[in-house]
Amino acid sequence: MDVRKKLEILADAAKYDASCSSSGGKRKAGKEGLGSVEGMGICHSYTPDGRCVSLLKILLTNFCIYDCQYCINRISSDTARARFTPAEVVRLTLDFYKRNYIEGLFLSSGVIKSPDYTMEQLIEVARTLREVHGFQGYLHLKAVPGASKELIDKAGLYADRLSANIELPTDGDLKKLAPEKSFAVTGGTMKEISARVEQSRAERQESPKAPKFAPAGQSTQMIVGATPTPDAAILDTASRLYTRFKLKRVYYSGYSPIPLVDARLPAKSPPLVREHRLYQADWLLRFYGFRVDELTPPEQPDLSLELDPKLAWALRRREAFPVDVNRAPREALLRVPGMGVRTVDRLLRIRRWHRVTLADLARLRVPLTRMKPFIVTADHRPTGLIDSSRLAERVTPPSTQLSLFTSAREALTGEL
Amino acid sequence: MRVEVGPDLDSFRTAARGLLARGVSPEQVLFTEEGSGQGSLLAPAVVPASAPVAGLSVPPAFLELAQKVACHRSPERWGLLYRVLWRLTHGERKLLEVESDADVYRVLTLAKGVQRDAHKMKAFVRFRRVEREGEEFFIAWHRPEHFIVRYVAPFFARRFPSMRWSILTPDASVSWDLEQLTYGPGVPRSQAPEGDALEEMWRTYYASTFNPARLNVRAMRAEMPKKHWATLPETRLIPELVRQAPQRTSRMVSPKLELSESSRFMPEHQDLASLAQAAQGCRACPLHERATRTVFGEGPAGARLMLVGEQPGDQEDRVGRPFIGPAGQLLDTVLAAVGLEREQLYVTNAVKHFGWVEGEEKQRLHAKPGRSEVLACKGWLDAEVAQVRPKMILCLGATAAQAFLGPGFRINLSRGQIFETPWAKAWMATFHPSALLRMPDERARAQARIHFEADLRRAADTLRALG
Ligand code: SF4
Ligand code: SF4
Repeated sequence: MDVRKKLEILADAAKYDASCSSSGGKRKAGKEGLGSVEGMGICHSYTPDGRCVSLLKILLTNFCIYDCQYCINRISSDTARARFTPAEVVRLTLDFYKRNYIEGLFLSSGVIKSPDYTMEQLIEVARTLREVHGFQGYLHLKAVPGASKELIDKAGLYADRLSANIELPTDGDLKKLAPEKSFAVTGGTMKEISARVEQSRAERQESPKAPKFAPAGQSTQMIVGATPTPDAAILDTASRLYTRFKLKRVYYSGYSPIPLVDARLPAKSPPLVREHRLYQADWLLRFYGFRVDELTPPEQPDLSLELDPKLAWALRRREAFPVDVNRAPREALLRVPGMGVRTVDRLLRIRRWHRVTLADLARLRVPLTRMKPFIVTADHRPTGLIDSSRLAERVTPPSTQLSLFTSAREALTGEL
Repeated sequence: MRVEVGPDLDSFRTAARGLLARGVSPEQVLFTEEGSGQGSLLAPAVVPASAPVAGLSVPPAFLELAQKVACHRSPERWGLLYRVLWRLTHGERKLLEVESDADVYRVLTLAKGVQRDAHKMKAFVRFRRVEREGEEFFIAWHRPEHFIVRYVAPFFARRFPSMRWSILTPDASVSWDLEQLTYGPGVPRSQAPEGDALEEMWRTYYASTFNPARLNVRAMRAEMPKKHWATLPETRLIPELVRQAPQRTSRMVSPKLELSESSRFMPEHQDLASLAQAAQGCRACPLHERATRTVFGEGPAGARLMLVGEQPGDQEDRVGRPFIGPAGQLLDTVLAAVGLEREQLYVTNAVKHFGWVEGEEKQRLHAKPGRSEVLACKGWLDAEVAQVRPKMILCLGATAAQAFLGPGFRINLSRGQIFETPWAKAWMATFHPSALLRMPDERARAQARIHFEADLRRAADTLRALG
């Protein structure tokens, strides 16, 4: 099979993994080398699904000895199979990189023979790129859950980012659909990564010469909508991962219908907007000081599809409003619907010099109609609106089209 | 007074220093660019470039902004920069923190434009490999919006230190010879290399990494503006990928060929009249229990356009004909406006029985059919398509569209686009006319109406083009 055919199969098989950003870290090639990593990663292209093409995202192979039901590569699937040699992946990465098509490589793989054997193959690609070719572009390697500590340690020396996928939001879901996987094993791998990241950071504080370990940290991916598990449980798992293993990102990937699907799985994919709401809620947890039970209270364990989670919260907690833009502390401003972190920080600066008016807000390009009922400015005070039962209707964006359109961007910037 | 600058930041700085030192306020100066006006009235030598002006210190943030703004194509930039500089040095030292100030806002907007353009240049430059005298060169032709070649070139030097490369643009060019950057004049596209054998491989990757189940052309366009497509080898695949997406998705969603429940009720001869009659006895899903009668499709067997709605409504259920209620009237109006005649179309619904719930005043309120009812009724729809064999199918609303393409289809994302499908050469979905009547928000309703008319017009044009 020629390389192009393999590429077709192995890129297709990798496309269901959403965790494909390339931000974080800093690298620079020597005179003889190639590549750099500087701050925010670059999206070199976009496919008609609206997603960014930043890394060469492929599987080393889609042969797999496991049988995860939601995955097209499971052993019982009769999909076409292919396998790259490590040298082929190295060649392809360098060729693409030199033409400025990509920021680097995102290499994952089905499990062949054993987790350790698979991990060794991935490491071989990374080692060759870094040591033989002086490649300093971005490298994201999959950490195969259950691979030995020594191998994880080695992978982190070459990779910018490592990720072990948690796959499903609860252990019960895993038992049902991915019998060979468990929270315990994946958690063990995540723990090893986070410990080594921390250790390397400490060492480098003492001596900048100490080796870097996965400087862009670790991420994970959760498939949403393959089981009936509610958003509350999904966010709860995510928030525990953030605290326990210091994850950089949790990616939510709406279960995508795959060819030759198993009868245990739903016949349809969850609405695209659900994934979008989860990303919004995720940002609220990490940067806006919200707790999981505020966003998904027991009586409403799923996020609203119509309202963004912050607006939904504000409508449940009207007594917290209106908030005075000229006086309120940062935490209170962050909870105003339509107010993003960047806007809040700008306002805090602006109000040191003059009293903020509606015109100021308009120039900062905030969604004023949505925000007005919730704020007080030097020249505006909402009148009774907050108690009106029609409030929800008034502040809801006219159609969901807008939010779908902005979703990709919001997932990146998290401005709510 | 008229002052001529560079047009580069250094020459502006020199001029501005001189002006500030002499206390010339922004209203008194007009900046022009070299070659665009008469000679300078202010010799740059009035104040030597390196001499610090007493009391003149500008925040580093300004210099950083000015560096970007200077690359902008807008002729207002020098005047604007000088105004901000003046205000910074005349009592408003913290001006840049007031991002809502009109001048600051403008400066930031220009800077952001340049920043974005620079970012797109880093992203969209595509090198092509050529060999000359045994040496390997990488050459790209790119069309930036602003004068950013010098601003962005160091990035490429850091990233590709071991390659000999050149980036050519209409305004300027730059080359790296493994040691240093050399700048030159603009170069027309015709002088850039034509292709690279690797581009076929890149296109293979691009096509394979695309997920047709999540088609979202608008998001793609927002991030990858069409003006850059000409120099991106992968973009030529886009129309084909978009066109085939629904077909590929439908293969993903309905992998097994399930037999629709209603197939049990199919007549032996499947001409339209027999089908319509047999459907009167259909009991394949619970909907028939509460409805008055089956409302089958109507229209000539050879119709070139087939319209598919959701399900009959209250009036249709009483009379037994599709699209005669308020939604049907709206539909007729728009059809007439775009030059389509209802009599020549085959009009039907995805589900043939009226589904309803009781309202507060005992009226029958339309209830959206579920997926299982749609699938149960699909047998009738398929039989109609097979008989009519339309050149084009126009689905009104998500239910109809999803009856063909599965539940992943989104009206909001894919409305108005023409797809090639197994059922008809051209296939399109748009809003259901009753959605236009129901939308609570007036603006949204007017907007949707415009889209609806445009979609129908496009459908009519497509139909004509199909011959
Ligand atoms: S281990 Fe990974 S590749 Fe293998 S079946 Fe499970 S999810 Fe798919
Ligand atoms: S709705 Fe369709 S499937 Fe259901 S009973 Fe009526 S004709 Fe049959």
